[in-house]
Amino acid sequence: MELDNSQLLRFTTAGSVDDGKSTLIGRLLYDSKSIFEDQLEAVETTSKKKGHEGVDLALFTDGLKDEREQGITIDVAYRYFTTPKRKFIIADTPGHIQYTRNMVTGASTANAAIILVDARHGVIEQTRRHAFIASLLQIPHIIVCVNKMDLVDFSEEVFNDIVKQFEEFSSKLLVKDIRFRPISALLGDNVVNRSENMPWYEGSTLLHTLETMHISSDINKVDARFPVQTVLRPQNEEHRDYRGYAGRVASGVLRPGDEVTVLPSGFTSRIKTIDAFEGALEEAYAPMSVSVTLEDDIDISRGDMIVRSNNKPEASQDIEVMLCWLNNSPAKPRAKYSVKHTSNEQKAMIKEILYKIDINTLDRSPDGEGLEMNDICKVKLRTTKPLLFDSYRENRTTGSLILIDEDTNETVAAGMIV
Amino acid sequence: MSKYYLNYLDELESEAIYVLREVWAQFQNPVILFSGGKDSIVVTHLARKAFYPAKIPFALMHVDTGHNFPETIQFRDDLINELGARLIVGSVQESINQGRVAEEKGKNATRNALQITTLLDAIEGNKIDCAIGGGRRDEEKARAKERFFSHRDDFGQWDPKNQRPELWNIFNGKHFEGEHFRAFPISNWTEMDVWNYINRENIQIPSLYFAHEREVVWRNNSWIPNSEFLKLEDNEEVVVKKIRFRTLGDITITGGIESDADTVEKIADEVSTMRQTERGNRTDDKRSETSMEDRKRQGYF
Repeated sequence: MELDNSQLLRFTTAGSVDDGKSTLIGRLLYDSKSIFEDQLEAVETTSKKKGHEGVDLALFTDGLKDEREQGITIDVAYRYFTTPKRKFIIADTPGHIQYTRNMVTGASTANAAIILVDARHGVIEQTRRHAFIASLLQIPHIIVCVNKMDLVDFSEEVFNDIVKQFEEFSSKLLVKDIRFRPISALLGDNVVNRSENMPWYEGSTLLHTLETMHISSDINKVDARFPVQTVLRPQNEEHRDYRGYAGRVASGVLRPGDEVTVLPSGFTSRIKTIDAFEGALEEAYAPMSVSVTLEDDIDISRGDMIVRSNNKPEASQDIEVMLCWLNNSPAKPRAKYSVKHTSNEQKAMIKEILYKIDINTLDRSPDGEGLEMNDICKVKLRTTKPLLFDSYRENRTTGSLILIDEDTNETVAAGMIV
Repeated sequence: MSKYYLNYLDELESEAIYVLREVWAQFQNPVILFSGGKDSIVVTHLARKAFYPAKIPFALMHVDTGHNFPETIQFRDDLINELGARLIVGSVQESINQGRVAEEKGKNATRNALQITTLLDAIEGNKIDCAIGGGRRDEEKARAKERFFSHRDDFGQWDPKNQRPELWNIFNGKHFEGEHFRAFPISNWTEMDVWNYINRENIQIPSLYFAHEREVVWRNNSWIPNSEFLKLEDNEEVVVKKIRFRTLGDITITGGIESDADTVEKIADEVSTMRQTERGNRTDDKRSETSMEDRKRQGYF
């Protein structure tokens, strides 16, 4: 297959059935020929049963029993399709405010976000919320799809107007790359195939954008960070003294001979080998899973981080974090939580809520009393030991953390270190 | 200039290895659920890579319905030998003998649902706190909602509406006594990815996946293999066809497709032009629109 060298692109789509989100995903799958006959037959049958004309593309994204009954997306669903240029993973997330936590979840691993705007309604509260979450989670690329162009006579003016509305608002956000596409998911215009109804539009289709978007430079290649997941000690004949530190490169590039420091102990050494099943490697970069050996015998265990000696992460017990609360039970003031950050785990306390963000208006309210489900707040965390981190903006792996309630073992919050 | 990005297959592999290492680090007694099918074979191969040069640290657990393809059992035993790994077998026949479950009755009776009890008993009996599976999100709509680390309560049940959010690649495997986790390292792989990977890595798979001549019966739109467990209906006829299996499960529910693909490369080519989903030949999924979701809630794979 010619796919051999093609990359993986993960994107999220936030929105509701009303925005045409399900129709858009159905259209991408259908027009890229990723739908199987038995799926098509099932959807045709249901479409007929429901009295729809033709095939209701939205039905391709049907999920769990409850979701089907209510006609909404509740939880993130992952969908897959492949074109000769790329493999795609869609994190299909609900758009309603009540499901902010699921949007955040889907956004956390995405390379790109598709934000749907209904051409008839322009930029609304929901649009602003989706754009804010994409920027908060630092999704590198945003594609604003102005959908239902067929319902506004494919008007260039309407499209330009919405672009302007969006730009006025997005200038306040930290997004590097925003593109706009006028589409009709229902009819297929500019999704996979070029629109004949919008000759004024000279840009590329949505699929072409997704296929050609440059994503390899989004990964941090400067700061070498290697969180140790586990230690490999085979203790067999062939590898009697082997002691490999297994992990996934979070960022930067590692090479044998590099002078490294092991944190938090601070011992220095050099990388002896970088090993994979296939043999020794000349270098390792994100997101490769490898095993690293060092020249010196140092006590290293899970939770430690190997970094280049001349480029270290910050280390502090007091950190400021943008926190998204994910749990039904609100945050307990001054309660202790488990914090998981890379392969490290320790305890933390929310010392202070600095402000809460109204995710529809982006206004900050100092009234940060409680912290409830779907709230996004800036807080001060105090950890029991120094956390080794980079800011989330510079490093999505070493800048992210989760909080776990030890009474329930549930993941209650997602944090992005400021 | 060297490239500093991975191709899609390398990225999926690296992700799976990361998940397997997290399982090892976060649990006391994790096992790989091994069915003899291609997905669990790929997971086992990935585990071997993840811990090299150390030995694969997981035991392999097989839930044996007693209705096996002999080829699967042979393959399983050969692999266990080669890996030097421990094998745990949960036997559905034993569960029946002990009166834990009763055989289904009727024409389409299978032991598929019975496996749930055997699986949960084996997990409890062996004090397993994480069972690693080869489930993929592209297989089925209920599986599309699965996490990499998926929590099961002390009855082994899955609560799809109340799953822990899973952000970035930070996995929360914390659990109370009696609860366990299922981990799915190849969640993000599609059937095509699995075949491309088997091809690339030259992974050995049971001969059943390759086109071969076999006695079969046409039932529920696919070719069901003739075996001592199959009860023929009056209008059914045993014929010999050149077929292969797209998925492998219990011999009574796994349907074959007519095919000439006798190498992994040919299979990969065939799959890329396939117009039916993989599980379309599994009668266990055809019972109702939500049959997978229903079984998964109870503790199925």
